[in-house]
Amino acid sequence: MQNSDLMSERSTTFPAGIEVERQHDPDSGADTMTINMGPSHPSTHGVLRLVLELDGENVVRCTPHIGYLHTGIEKTMENLSYYKALVLTDREDYLSNLCNNLAYSLAVEQLVDVVIPEKSQVLRVLLNELERIASHMLWLGTHALDIGAMSVFFYTWQDRDLILEIKEHMSGVRTKTSWICPGGLRGDMPSGWYERVESFLNQFPKRMEMYEGLLSNNPIWLERTRGVGVLTPQDALDAGLTGPSLRASGVAWDLRKSNPYSGYEQYEFDIAVGQYGDVLDRYRVRMEELRQSYEICRQAMKRALAMPGAPVRTNDRKIAPPPKAELDTSMEALIHHFKLFTEGYHPPVGEALGVVEGPRGEKAYYVISDGSNRPYRVRIKGPSFYNLQALPKMCEGRLVADVVAMIGSIDIVLGDIDR
Amino acid sequence: MVDADVRLGLSGSDLAIRNKTFHSALTMTPGTLEGISHRFLSVVAEHGLQESVVDFQNCNGIPSFTVTPDVIEACLSIAKENSGYDLLSDCFGVDRLAFSTAHRFEVVYSLYSIQHSDRIIVRVALALDQPCPTAAGIYPATVWPEREIYDMFGVEFTGHPDLRRILMPDDWVGHPLRKDFPLGGEEVEFSHNVREQESK
Repeated sequence: MQNSDLMSERSTTFPAGIEVERQHDPDSGADTMTINMGPSHPSTHGVLRLVLELDGENVVRCTPHIGYLHTGIEKTMENLSYYKALVLTDREDYLSNLCNNLAYSLAVEQLVDVVIPEKSQVLRVLLNELERIASHMLWLGTHALDIGAMSVFFYTWQDRDLILEIKEHMSGVRTKTSWICPGGLRGDMPSGWYERVESFLNQFPKRMEMYEGLLSNNPIWLERTRGVGVLTPQDALDAGLTGPSLRASGVAWDLRKSNPYSGYEQYEFDIAVGQYGDVLDRYRVRMEELRQSYEICRQAMKRALAMPGAPVRTNDRKIAPPPKAELDTSMEALIHHFKLFTEGYHPPVGEALGVVEGPRGEKAYYVISDGSNRPYRVRIKGPSFYNLQALPKMCEGRLVADVVAMIGSIDIVLGDIDR
Repeated sequence: MVDADVRLGLSGSDLAIRNKTFHSALTMTPGTLEGISHRFLSVVAEHGLQESVVDFQNCNGIPSFTVTPDVIEACLSIAKENSGYDLLSDCFGVDRLAFSTAHRFEVVYSLYSIQHSDRIIVRVALALDQPCPTAAGIYPATVWPEREIYDMFGVEFTGHPDLRRILMPDDWVGHPLRKDFPLGGEEVEFSHNVREQESK
């Protein structure tokens, strides 16, 4: 059989639903093929669609198409009162709910100019670091799964579930807790909560050793990740990369150090910085980040346990509801409670930026107030939106099999991109 | 700095470098509002553009400068090359229908300086249907956000390399984040109403 016959034979064997277009460039003699990867491809981590133009196994051009998960969260938030809009922050980047809560709360707290109690600052840090561990656990499992290391996924899911149980213990909800709110926290931690966090932290270093043992010196893992998807510091900055992906390229920038919020300047921790900017460095930076998050959790636990019974919510009744018990005895408390949940509060005209170092990078909420009880404009900066911009730069000229490794290494969440 | 074919040259010693802990201590040098503003405005004045900075706002500690659309490229270039704002933190649009009729839209560039650990905001005010020059030549990261502003507000960016809708479908009519775009939703297609939906 002739070679061309073989090709046409083969082209009919694509499964239904996969459209393949072939182009022939008469000048260079190259035959390229355009295929769709996604939007429902498991290794695209959600509903990302990549249109890949391939020359054999090599990616000539990569065009991401996004928007499949666009739900208009920014528009919806403009039509809710400040307190109610909080619950939507859980729902955009659905893997870093508490970090989103914090970024939004920081912006609103600047607008209404409220000071929150020390204990809620400590618990915010603790919850954010637990969230970072949970998010990185999901990243590690799925990233390894994409590259072919199946078993890591099962173990990381266990660890993530322990953190979801911690969140469930405090709020009754596993992921979208809205526990961090403007004015502090929704409530203090229930009894037995600290013990649960403690037992999670006690077993965590051993788990990290296991993950390192499974991957860090695994020759297949190294071969699949080393030198793949290299981004120079300039490439990374040009694409607007933030977070671990930027640090892996050798740019030492972490908001927890450079512009500390919620008292991060009081904790001792290091930030990990890579030097090659490849998939392996992004893996190593996140692994080190997990250990540093563990250290921060330990310090935050010590601080929180030293403040039993301290308030976790501001006393400003215009911003945060009164304690439930007061409603039975105090007329003012009842009025405040009613006013807060019906009308809400009216921050003065102004603009504020709330920004945190999320698991994926700089998570920013820009809130504009026109003096009414609803935000005039809420802009959500999703770090994944910018991180994904670097993907074409990374994968053009590389093998199609490496594309999944690169997608996993920038740790995108489509809810964060499309909002 | 890093060669794309670094994998070919990798050896045991390279792994040893990788295995060394790679911690970095950052210095915190938060500047004052006046200091940050001065660093930007002094260079703007050197270029003779101080007339084009039409408004200053203090956004809770972040200085914000409104410039006229014709100098936005020059101002962003000054911010990047002379004032050290090397990272585009964010770029987004605002519909100011409730505030001003002459300047309907704002395009906001939120910039961050890794060296100085501070931010500034540079923004342009635009009338309805007034195009804005693209910043993609200065900050390549603005390519996607400017597409989003075009998609959500209908602001045209002149000279943009790839101005298409990004989040909404290509055949969508209207710009959802405009204040005069209704909040109402679309009816979802279920088996009980699929006929009516298709005949619409």
